[in-house]
Amino acid sequence: MSSVVESTPSPADADAPLAVELSGITKRFPGVVANSDIQLKVRKGTIHAIVGENGAGKSTLMKILYGVQAPDEGTIAINGEPITLRSPTDAIRAGIGMVFQHFMLADNLTVLENVVLGAEKLHGIGDAARAEIRRLSTEYGLAVEPDDVVADLGVGDRQRIEILKVLYRGAKILILDEPTAVLVPQEVTELFGHLRELKSEGLTVIFISHKLDEVLAVADDITVIRRGTTVAEVEPGTVTARQLAELMVGSELPSAQTEESTVTDTVMLELSGVELAGSGRALVLDGINLTIHAGEILGIAGVEGNGQAELVEVIMGMRRPTAGRVLLEGSDITEASVREIREAGVGYIPEDRHRHGLLLEAPLWENAILGHQTQPPNTNGMLIAAAAAKANTQRIVDAFDVRTPSILVTAGSLSGGNQQKLIIGREMSQSPRVLVAAHPTRGVDVGAQAAIWDLIKAARREGMAVLLISADLEELVGLSDTIKVILRGRIVAEFDPDNVTREQLGAAMTGADGTADEQMEAGR
Amino acid sequence: MRLDARRIGLGVAAPVLAIAVALLLTTVILLIAGDPVLAVWQVLFRAPLPRQIVAIINEATVLYLSAVAVAIGFKMNLFNIGVDGQYRVASFAAAVFAGAHWLPGWLNIIVAIIVAMCTGALWALIAGLLKVTRGVSEVIGTIMLNYIATYLVAYLLRLAAVKVEGSNATSTQILAEDSRVPGISLEWLIGTPKEIYGLAVLAIVVGIVYWFVLSKTRFGFDLRATGASETAAVASGVNVKKMIVASMVLSGAAAGLVGMPLLFGQDYAYGDTVQAGLGFAGMSVALLGRNHPVGMAFAAVLWGYLNQLSNGLQISAGVSDRLVLIIQGIIVLSVVIAYEVVRRARLRLEQGRVAKELAAQPRQDAAEEVAA
Repeated sequence: MSSVVESTPSPADADAPLAVELSGITKRFPGVVANSDIQLKVRKGTIHAIVGENGAGKSTLMKILYGVQAPDEGTIAINGEPITLRSPTDAIRAGIGMVFQHFMLADNLTVLENVVLGAEKLHGIGDAARAEIRRLSTEYGLAVEPDDVVADLGVGDRQRIEILKVLYRGAKILILDEPTAVLVPQEVTELFGHLRELKSEGLTVIFISHKLDEVLAVADDITVIRRGTTVAEVEPGTVTARQLAELMVGSELPSAQTEESTVTDTVMLELSGVELAGSGRALVLDGINLTIHAGEILGIAGVEGNGQAELVEVIMGMRRPTAGRVLLEGSDITEASVREIREAGVGYIPEDRHRHGLLLEAPLWENAILGHQTQPPNTNGMLIAAAAAKANTQRIVDAFDVRTPSILVTAGSLSGGNQQKLIIGREMSQSPRVLVAAHPTRGVDVGAQAAIWDLIKAARREGMAVLLISADLEELVGLSDTIKVILRGRIVAEFDPDNVTREQLGAAMTGADGTADEQMEAGR
Repeated sequence: MRLDARRIGLGVAAPVLAIAVALLLTTVILLIAGDPVLAVWQVLFRAPLPRQIVAIINEATVLYLSAVAVAIGFKMNLFNIGVDGQYRVASFAAAVFAGAHWLPGWLNIIVAIIVAMCTGALWALIAGLLKVTRGVSEVIGTIMLNYIATYLVAYLLRLAAVKVEGSNATSTQILAEDSRVPGISLEWLIGTPKEIYGLAVLAIVVGIVYWFVLSKTRFGFDLRATGASETAAVASGVNVKKMIVASMVLSGAAAGLVGMPLLFGQDYAYGDTVQAGLGFAGMSVALLGRNHPVGMAFAAVLWGYLNQLSNGLQISAGVSDRLVLIIQGIIVLSVVIAYEVVRRARLRLEQGRVAKELAAQPRQDAAEEVAA
């Protein structure tokens, strides 16, 4: 049906006014620059994809565009008109609608009730509204029935209701935040059909994702964000998934040089046949086998969301695998609690330090106890040894170059890099035998990054076994002794970092070349 | 502990601000209602009489125990709305036990207090278990248990009641003289024959234990960590389900103590005239005192003061003593807002201060390098 209306502007149509133009957008949060000098040009009547790894600043950018947060610098223009967005209400008035990744629907209400909620003034709450919903549903081919109860509907239907909700409020520019994250492949195909339909009706769609094959399939233009700034604008016809992956992870940073191998024969951590069931459809982790020796850094490469987070949670004891075993120096820790695993000598640098690594409103010295509440020098039997813990914190601050005026300030007042150095210092101070490091340099500045790399290398020299999970290929290649690639919960390839190209890694990470399985054979 | 003037200043600012706002709003309400503003404040701000001082301390004792029970839950974002039910079930159990006089004198009192703590803990445990096993919100669970407690105790009281000659009141067996806790006389100090509950000492002990456990022990650390960030606590090895059950049990045990000063120092039995609603007043006191052992003591005294002096409102100013409930309500509302405002201000101030101090540091480093 979309072939009938192929009147969408082609790339040659350069004079058409831009639906959205952001220039020089910068947003700082205490300690981090979330966005810096963002440039974004979205043509009217196109599907524009914004890609970038998690934490690259996509969500902040979208919040700015939807009026949830105000930029510190830069300008926003909608349809050529400069505009200041103070709240989502302003954004909606300007014709911008947002479909969030997590649906915001009341299950026990009907579709009609959900759609009119908060927009009662537009068409009332009765037959006029019902007629409008039917009209929109037919016009855009959304197949939404106003009187269905939301609780009875599937994920795909709910997403269409969310889209209809923003259309109902008069949106001409739709922002979809990772819309395919919750869908099965058939639903993704359907969604893309709907997006093309919206486009053919002259609407503009901004599509946020890190799934590169999907982006290439549906987008007219692609903007790549890395480390908070826009680094490239590409047309899908001219790039491959691999090239896009490279743009996403970048390579502009000081390189992490490998030193001579310190790998020993002693197996420290071993996972065999680890499986983890997801919420229904597929296994989140599927037959994971891996071994890390003392003095070895095992890097796990993969596009975000392919099971890395779950792998860490299983090793740390935060989740129980549905099958398989986890062995720490030969002893089974599959059923052990987080505390037992930490006491047994597993250090943990979590992916999201604010959620999992720190108590932001507690002082540094209490944060230095966190995770090691049962270990010296922090505790003395059942009591907290405050003086010893404070002395230890001061030592960590000095030894790991944590820039802070005092160990009594709250963790939240430090910059991201210094928070991370505190966490690493805390974990290293307990001389762990295994270190699980998830994205250890995410969101930290280049200087802190180099320092953190040195710390991880030092840990390897001291005979620690390190599991390094990262989306930064430079980091993985530079630090690891072995790199394994995870895709859809399975280890699909293994590489020697000395003889691997970025292209090979990118291909295995995205499964774009379809040779993933062969490489796994070769890797053995 | 280092005393930081700015920190304490910010800490005291919030409650003072809240109380000021409450007085202002109450004045507005009085004006709208056409009540004599001046007369009302004259009654409420009068220096309490000696007997009133004793009554304030006694009331504060009970409120403080209740506030501590609530605060144990608050500290880990657990809303134990059920202190009310817990202390009534516990008081009843203790009254029945002590009334049986199986044990002599002091032993009877001590064991009865333990019985009260265990009963309160068990009653709270139900809500805790429902939460961790069935995902029932502790708010709903404890509210429901409050209702159940009311009717269960009323029913059991009927069975356990002892008929007193010439009285319609139903109550448990009156405690013998040797099973009562004597009061503490302040006659030498302020010249009133009224006595402070002997078990006021219990409130002080509970306050000290509360402070010690929360800020000095590993358990307290885990509890505070869970309240500050459940995700970070899990990653640090805290078993959150266990902590929920443990803090509900502790909260319930503390709630069990609420009725003890009344039982052993005033009523000597559990009857249908027993004071209700102490659990809810405790929540207000815990909020105003910011779950801080000393802060809650001040808050409890303020609550007792307002309650006692409001008795004179009807006679001296012709205004209902219920006015005090309005004042207390506004204090609690403004205090919640004021604390949030102060909390944010404090974080912003600190971030700014750290950034400023660090901006000054590199130059110093560079100077040191040059010197070296």
